[in-house]
Amino acid sequence: MAIIGTQAGPALSTPDDTPPPYEVVELGGAQGGWFRRVGWSHLVGILALAFSLFPIVFVVSAALNPVGTLSSSTLFPTQVSLVNFTDTLAGSFPRWFANTLIVGVLSAGVAMFISASAAFAFSRFRFRGRRGGLLSVLLIQLFPQFLAIVALYLIFTEITDVWPAIGLNSIWGLTLLYLGGALGVNTWLMKGFFDTIPKDLDESAKVDGATHSQIYFGIILPLVRPILAVTGLLGFIGAVNEFLIASVFLTDDRAKTAAVGLYGLIADDQTRNTQFGLFCAGAVLLAIPTVLLFMYLQRHIVGGLTAGAVKG
Amino acid sequence: MARSTADVETTRSAGAPPPSPSGKEVGLTADGTGSPLGLLFKILALGLFAAVAVFACIPLIRTERWVWLAVVVVVTVIAFWVYLSPRPIPLKYLLPGTLLLLVFQVLPVVFTVSTAFTNFSDGHRGSQEEAIAAIEGASLQRVPDSPVFSLSVATQGSDLAFLLLDPDTGDTFVGTEDGLDELQGADESDGTITAADGFTVLTTAEVAARSEEVATFTVPTDDGVIKSQGVSIAYVGAPQQTYDPACDCITDAVTGEVWTADGDVGSFVDADGNALAQGWQVNVGLENFSRVLTDPTIRASFLRIIVWNFAFAIITVVITFALGLLVALALNNSRLRGRTIYRSLIILPYAMPVVAMYLVWREMFNTDFGLINRMLGTEINWFGNTASSMIAILLVQLWLGYNYMFLVITGALQSIPADLTEAASVDGAKKFYSFRTITFPLLLVALAPLLIASFAFNFNNFSAIYLLSEGAPFSPDNPAAGATDILITYTYRLAFGGAGADYGFAAAISVFIFLIVGVISVVGFRQTRALEEVN
Repeated sequence: MAIIGTQAGPALSTPDDTPPPYEVVELGGAQGGWFRRVGWSHLVGILALAFSLFPIVFVVSAALNPVGTLSSSTLFPTQVSLVNFTDTLAGSFPRWFANTLIVGVLSAGVAMFISASAAFAFSRFRFRGRRGGLLSVLLIQLFPQFLAIVALYLIFTEITDVWPAIGLNSIWGLTLLYLGGALGVNTWLMKGFFDTIPKDLDESAKVDGATHSQIYFGIILPLVRPILAVTGLLGFIGAVNEFLIASVFLTDDRAKTAAVGLYGLIADDQTRNTQFGLFCAGAVLLAIPTVLLFMYLQRHIVGGLTAGAVKG
Repeated sequence: MARSTADVETTRSAGAPPPSPSGKEVGLTADGTGSPLGLLFKILALGLFAAVAVFACIPLIRTERWVWLAVVVVVTVIAFWVYLSPRPIPLKYLLPGTLLLLVFQVLPVVFTVSTAFTNFSDGHRGSQEEAIAAIEGASLQRVPDSPVFSLSVATQGSDLAFLLLDPDTGDTFVGTEDGLDELQGADESDGTITAADGFTVLTTAEVAARSEEVATFTVPTDDGVIKSQGVSIAYVGAPQQTYDPACDCITDAVTGEVWTADGDVGSFVDADGNALAQGWQVNVGLENFSRVLTDPTIRASFLRIIVWNFAFAIITVVITFALGLLVALALNNSRLRGRTIYRSLIILPYAMPVVAMYLVWREMFNTDFGLINRMLGTEINWFGNTASSMIAILLVQLWLGYNYMFLVITGALQSIPADLTEAASVDGAKKFYSFRTITFPLLLVALAPLLIASFAFNFNNFSAIYLLSEGAPFSPDNPAAGATDILITYTYRLAFGGAGADYGFAAAISVFIFLIVGVISVVGFRQTRALEEVN
């Protein structure tokens, strides 16, 4: 998940869908036939829909295909059975899925809190080294963590010797690593948002005798919930979709995340055909939490995206 | 005391209560933590931190990593000072983030750069002493006329031990890491030891489970070392190739060949310049970088990779933007019914797990069983030739990326005031003309930072290449670099590709990526004016 910092705060509004309360009279609105007015919109929309949906339809029908091979999978299901799902759930997939959830929720949640604290300090205090600190955060967040994969692997080989619990083949090590990797971007995004919260609020609280921690936990954190949701969600989705580091770090089947595990299911030429149904069932199950979260937080995400988050 | 109070008053602002009720300088309540809940949380957090620090120190002491130990101790002391002293208020909020960023973000970058100047690779891992030990160990030969023992692998506690029986004399010995001793009172049957006091003889299955450990286990003796061969025989071996500190060289006792240590390349080299496979890690200066620029094969593939890397990222941004714009314009039609349904379904790919969807696309492009070949009635080996491989990758990128562009363009379109195009239309401008001269330039200005971010992201889009084509097709002259490889997948193959890890060289390629990302970022800064936010 690469994010370049822009004005995060103001952009958090969402594109407005609801029509204005009055009828907009567009110049030339009555010109042309049905096709020129709405027909072409439907045409483009339907083509775009077909393009967007056909791989997803294919995954779902392959997951429902009882034969479960790639060669027998069709775009639309010819037979429907849940056998791939039951097989997937009986194998290693539940473990991978749980690992993914643990890594994603923990790293995104803790990173959210730690970056919020840092953003609070940068936004509300004036101290020596503040400008230097902000510049470093800006610089650091430009270089995605995985670019240093060679060094990360060598460092974690050493760590495995000393503290195996957070070394290679451990989801706790991966969680820590993702956590550290998300901080730069998060802090930079959040600092922009914190700046948009009027300072009068904390100053009046200070006058009333509130301590800095009361201001932070009681006033600021509740007000910045939208940006917390966005960074938390992006962090979670980023961790679910991270493949490079996870594939280098996790080789033990029990420690794999869903992304690495699913990759392994169809890694070689034989299993590629025979286990495709299993793979698709896993992919559909993995999609459920991300799609649901996405739907639930759609308004926030749309705003967060315009604030500079990029995927794909 | 008076001075410290004054300091506190400037860090906190006027009107705040005195820093601590008791007036102490350092303590749990020194920074005004008054509520019982806050206190409890603070005590628990600091206690937990101390406990973790102590546990972290134990293996450090055992393995004698004194520098690491010092770092852990210093960090713990700093943490306690920050959270128990009233003064460093900003630090209380910055410390956890700073520490994690340093360890997991800054240190890896620094370490990448320093690794790029070494020859760290499969044959050059440790120190010269380790290389010598490995060379001598690998050249072990049975000492002539020495006994061949019948071996029973046993354990003493958790340590491995060899119970040895000399079939000629009937003498029994026990060999441990420390040396060889006589063994009294061992039970024998069929010429092997089956039991001995204080030892647990392992079964065949148990030995198989620890086979790697057994294979590398050696018992030092005066003539050399005792080493296992298989699971039931052991012999006294002496290295055929030995190190002589006087000439800093390795001599082969049988052939008489001599390899002299060359500190510049970290290898033992003979007179003809042939090096032993096992070397050690040394600083090689700019060697890795100059290899990229001077070795003709590597230079050719490196340049090809860079060109494709830029083309891949730029084309991805352009086509996703173009299709996103078309769909956004079409659906940004106030008379269109069902816009919300269109929108939420079109962006569905954006919510799907990317890794899985890349793999699904890869299988849709499968030559024999893939949906696309079946639907088209063709038998194209999509990832088997350069052009079709690139087309397939870009098509998937379009699928995955255009809906994001569609989302942000829709947002930007709605923020462009309608007055502008209406005014143009009053002046007689055609719809397309006003789009080209008014709407489109405004869109570009609004979305430029996002386009740059998208470019930067795709420039290092490892999954897109690795999960689709894996860099294929590969040309025979440089099997390490594929036709659709980008820099990060090339780095990955060099370090973890299975054809012998070359960490130093891979790190050098990473440094090139850092430089390119840095340049892109400078361009990005100009566009986003992000620097103005640093105030």
